[in-house]
Amino acid sequence: MDIFSSFWPWYVTGPLIGLYVPVMYILMNRHFGVSSTFRDICAALIRPAARYFQYDWKAQRWRLVFVAGIAVGGFLASGTLRTAPQAQVSAHTLSALSSLGVNDFSSLVPADLFSWKSLLTLRGIVMIAGGGFLVGFGTRYAEGCTAGHSIHGIATFQRASVVATLCFFIGGLISTYLLLPFILHM
Amino acid sequence: MVYFIVMLLGVLFGIILTNGEVISWFRIQEMFRFDAFHMYGVIGSAIAVGALSMLLLKRLGARSIRGEPIAVETKRLQKGTAIGGIIFGVGWVLTGACPGPLYALAGSGYPAFFIALLSAVGGALAYGLIRDKLPH
Repeated sequence: MDIFSSFWPWYVTGPLIGLYVPVMYILMNRHFGVSSTFRDICAALIRPAARYFQYDWKAQRWRLVFVAGIAVGGFLASGTLRTAPQAQVSAHTLSALSSLGVNDFSSLVPADLFSWKSLLTLRGIVMIAGGGFLVGFGTRYAEGCTAGHSIHGIATFQRASVVATLCFFIGGLISTYLLLPFILHM
Repeated sequence: MVYFIVMLLGVLFGIILTNGEVISWFRIQEMFRFDAFHMYGVIGSAIAVGALSMLLLKRLGARSIRGEPIAVETKRLQKGTAIGGIIFGVGWVLTGACPGPLYALAGSGYPAFFIALLSAVGGALAYGLIRDKLPH
């Protein structure tokens, strides 16, 4: 179908994501969020002795079902999107990245940075494993991510979520302007 | 039955994140370089629709499907909200993915993101292990 083989404008994507806030409350009476599942996976599979992991993760199994669905959705969509035209990312961003040595703009993710082979390089390990680690550590420390804080939290007028979102942004700017130029030249 | 609906919502969410280019490393770069409105539009309109629909549910006195009154969960403000927030922001730019997109990318045929997802679980594990020593 055509809608699934093309990219959507922000005013389609954003409102659809926003609807997850009321839908999760109606269905589960819980808030829309994703990063709590990193803790659930630890509690379910690794069973660490630390107090942080002593809770009834089985009561939160629905969250694991939800994120498993996200992975399936990503799989389905990537298949249908394979033939889609390249996304119209700003030329200014592309030239800035090009000057930092990123040159593969053929898909949603720079293949030269996120291939299997890149995992054998220091740069790849820092960006893939290091970046992932910071996402897991930071979201648990902040008690929420873009979903739980930036969307659900701000939509329900919570001060903590406004602070969290500003800090996500500060971290992102530090990473973009101070760390990325250094890491990309590793 | 509820699990089935949650699964379908998850699948749909993965499709939304992919077709909406939220999983795009380039779109995240573009946002942090202030070069386009796309991601601001996505996040801003998501917040607006979320807020309006929650106000509407409140106005209607809506209940969950199990008949409970809807109880909005509060996010507490603590030192980690800021420190953890900055740490997450740094990682968000490196992987180009926040947690939702991390799951979508892990499923979408970019195998390196499976490692990124495992690393995120490792990050949560590390946090849980040293939690008592961190300022909150």
